[in-house]
Amino acid sequence: MEKTLEEILSSYNGEKSELIPVLQDIQSNFGYLSEESIIEVSKFLNMPESEVYGVATFYAQFRFDPIGRKHIMVCKGTACHVLGASQIIEGIERHLGINEGEVTFDLEYSLESVGCLGCCALAPCAMINDNVESKIGLKDIKKMFRKSKSPNKDN
Amino acid sequence: MNFNKITQKAKEEYNSLYEREDPLILIGSATCGNSAGASALIPIIEETLEDHDLKAEIMEVGCIGICYVEPIITVFKKGKPGIFYGNITPKIATKIVESYLINDDPLPEHALGTVGKGEIQGINSFFDMPVLKPQVRKILRHCGFIDPKNIDHYIANEGYSGFINALKLKPEEIIEKLKESGLRGRGGAGFPTWMKWQFCIDSEADTKYLICNADEGDPGAFMNRSLLESDPHSVLEGILIGGYVTGAKNAYIYCRAEYPLALERLKHALVQMREYGFLGKNINNSGFNFDIEIKEGAGAFVCGEETALIASIEGKRGTPRTRPPFPTTSGLWGKPTVINNVETFASVAFIMQESPGKFAEYGTDASKGTKTFSLVGQVKNTGLIEVPLGTTLREVIFDIGGGILDDGEFKAVQIGGPSGGCLTEEFIDTPIDYDSLVTAGAIMGSGGLVVMDQSTCMVDVAQYFLGFIQKESCGKCVPCRLGTKQMLDILGDITEGKGHIEDIALLMELAEGIKEGSLCALGGTSPNPVLTTLNLFKDEYDAHINEKICPSLVCKNLISYNIIQDKCNGCMLCLKSCPVNAISGEKKEPHTIDQSKCVKCGTCIDLCSKADAVECISKPKEDNEDNNASAII
Repeated sequence: MEKTLEEILSSYNGEKSELIPVLQDIQSNFGYLSEESIIEVSKFLNMPESEVYGVATFYAQFRFDPIGRKHIMVCKGTACHVLGASQIIEGIERHLGINEGEVTFDLEYSLESVGCLGCCALAPCAMINDNVESKIGLKDIKKMFRKSKSPNKDN
Repeated sequence: MNFNKITQKAKEEYNSLYEREDPLILIGSATCGNSAGASALIPIIEETLEDHDLKAEIMEVGCIGICYVEPIITVFKKGKPGIFYGNITPKIATKIVESYLINDDPLPEHALGTVGKGEIQGINSFFDMPVLKPQVRKILRHCGFIDPKNIDHYIANEGYSGFINALKLKPEEIIEKLKESGLRGRGGAGFPTWMKWQFCIDSEADTKYLICNADEGDPGAFMNRSLLESDPHSVLEGILIGGYVTGAKNAYIYCRAEYPLALERLKHALVQMREYGFLGKNINNSGFNFDIEIKEGAGAFVCGEETALIASIEGKRGTPRTRPPFPTTSGLWGKPTVINNVETFASVAFIMQESPGKFAEYGTDASKGTKTFSLVGQVKNTGLIEVPLGTTLREVIFDIGGGILDDGEFKAVQIGGPSGGCLTEEFIDTPIDYDSLVTAGAIMGSGGLVVMDQSTCMVDVAQYFLGFIQKESCGKCVPCRLGTKQMLDILGDITEGKGHIEDIALLMELAEGIKEGSLCALGGTSPNPVLTTLNLFKDEYDAHINEKICPSLVCKNLISYNIIQDKCNGCMLCLKSCPVNAISGEKKEPHTIDQSKCVKCGTCIDLCSKADAVECISKPKEDNEDNNASAII
């Protein structure tokens, strides 16, 4: 259930140390941090917008643009790298016709790479929303999208 | 309820689980297990049980460490040892349930081994597997056997008895025990735990804090994730003990957001601790007040550094500051703060449950105890292992790891993440302990071991690490922010075949400057991947610079794919799958690759494994343009 910005903020005390959790909460509800939400957070925590942006842009987790309904995070950890993660990213980029950090035109997919998903023993891996896919080969890319296109059927 | 009663009840519940009439089926569902398909097995097993009108208990457990054979299930039948099964597909799961539960055929062909009393013909003991035999499981002792979501399972296995023991002692007596155990911080630097805690005790202040560093940003390491997902209470118990000893009233667990399951299990575990009265006011009638809160990291590698982590909890950009003052004097909100790694806290719980001697009987003189490592990369048996400190790299990679993937040739092992170094064959008999690794030119780090074989290009690996560091630099100090960028640009040129002979000297000069001038350890150690590879693999740099070739056939600008005409049977598999339509040819006729279109994605070589007709070759020394020119003439 999606909460409104007001509802999210009302569950916090307005202390400056809450900045990161507030931003995380907003992002998990809306998928990204809009300009409007940054302005509201700055009022709520009584700090300049520049400071809110300063913190938000520092951390890799925060996004300022909407993501796709299926957000793909390809792991770029060391184990994944030596087992071909960059080829996987390029393969997905070609398959979706977008670059890393972009969203497909129909807002279905967005793609980014992350430092390490901690699933190194089964490298290379990627996360599609909350599901980790492991031991991905170039051959699996097409299959991966066929599978995730119809999640309701799988469930 | 007092602790004895809680323990008694927990033991009864736990024992009855393993002694029950109906079978018990364990499913390893940590993140790794789930990604390999464990979560999908549960409904399938339930369905099979229903179809045959069978009763059995299904229990989700954590990861036992042998991730390379995941998903793993374990079946316990009354009066028989439990059987571990690996590489379980839905089909095999159904087969096992039907054969073993109905017909009493344990299907040895799918079994990994047995645990517990008794023997089953055709199946050896699980812990006699070559991957497990040399291991000593102390920290990971519960992983894969208990339900991480059930506090009673932990308590039934002596959990929280270490904390109850601690409450009977004075903080200084516990410090003595830690000193006796020889425990050094498991986060990487290996600072004696007792000393860090003593510094905090000695700092006078009205408020003190404790922080559990579960940021685990090192790419290639997942020990913390696995432990938090498989046995969260062992870490929480250590934190409780730490609070009691240091006098902290509040603790924070700083856990990265990339670990959703670990966070979920931690949150669940905290609720249970509260229910049992292990958190809050006057814990166990001792007058000790303590609380633990979770802070989610937001994706910054530098936040693994103590002072940056503190800034992040305070709601600021995670930039490190100069030390001293050290956090034990002035940490979170200026108050004395102890920061320890996940595994350090779990070790403290073990020491207080068992004894300092039980911990110190393993390891070397200066590095006591056991340590968990993630063993990954181009090695056969990937996963999480625990060995006494002082075990050699050879034992870890070849005995436990089973050697190199596809029987390839060992090239190097990266240890200690981006701050560490690569060690070659020459160092294979180095004991893994804090000091020997430093002498060899690497560091322990948090314990990620990434094994590399001949298919890894060391210049590419250096570029990879530097790219990571450059991206993760907090930007506060110039040498790290701009220096690593320059080094990365130079490495980029080298891997693209545009390197010059003087680049090596320039890299060395920059490396020294960054080492000297950086503020924190991330910056100070950032040139390590370049320095260690330059030191050990100078010939690879030379090949890239002088001959413009990549001997390991990795660097894209220096390789090309080619179809061997004699071998190609014209099956059209590569042609149909080429993402850029660079392959042409008729059915049953040899194909060719148009080099000007090829993006070197490697799909063709991957698909042609049967005919073996696609080869990856070094580009000739001359530029392609020259070849084209001669072709035109």
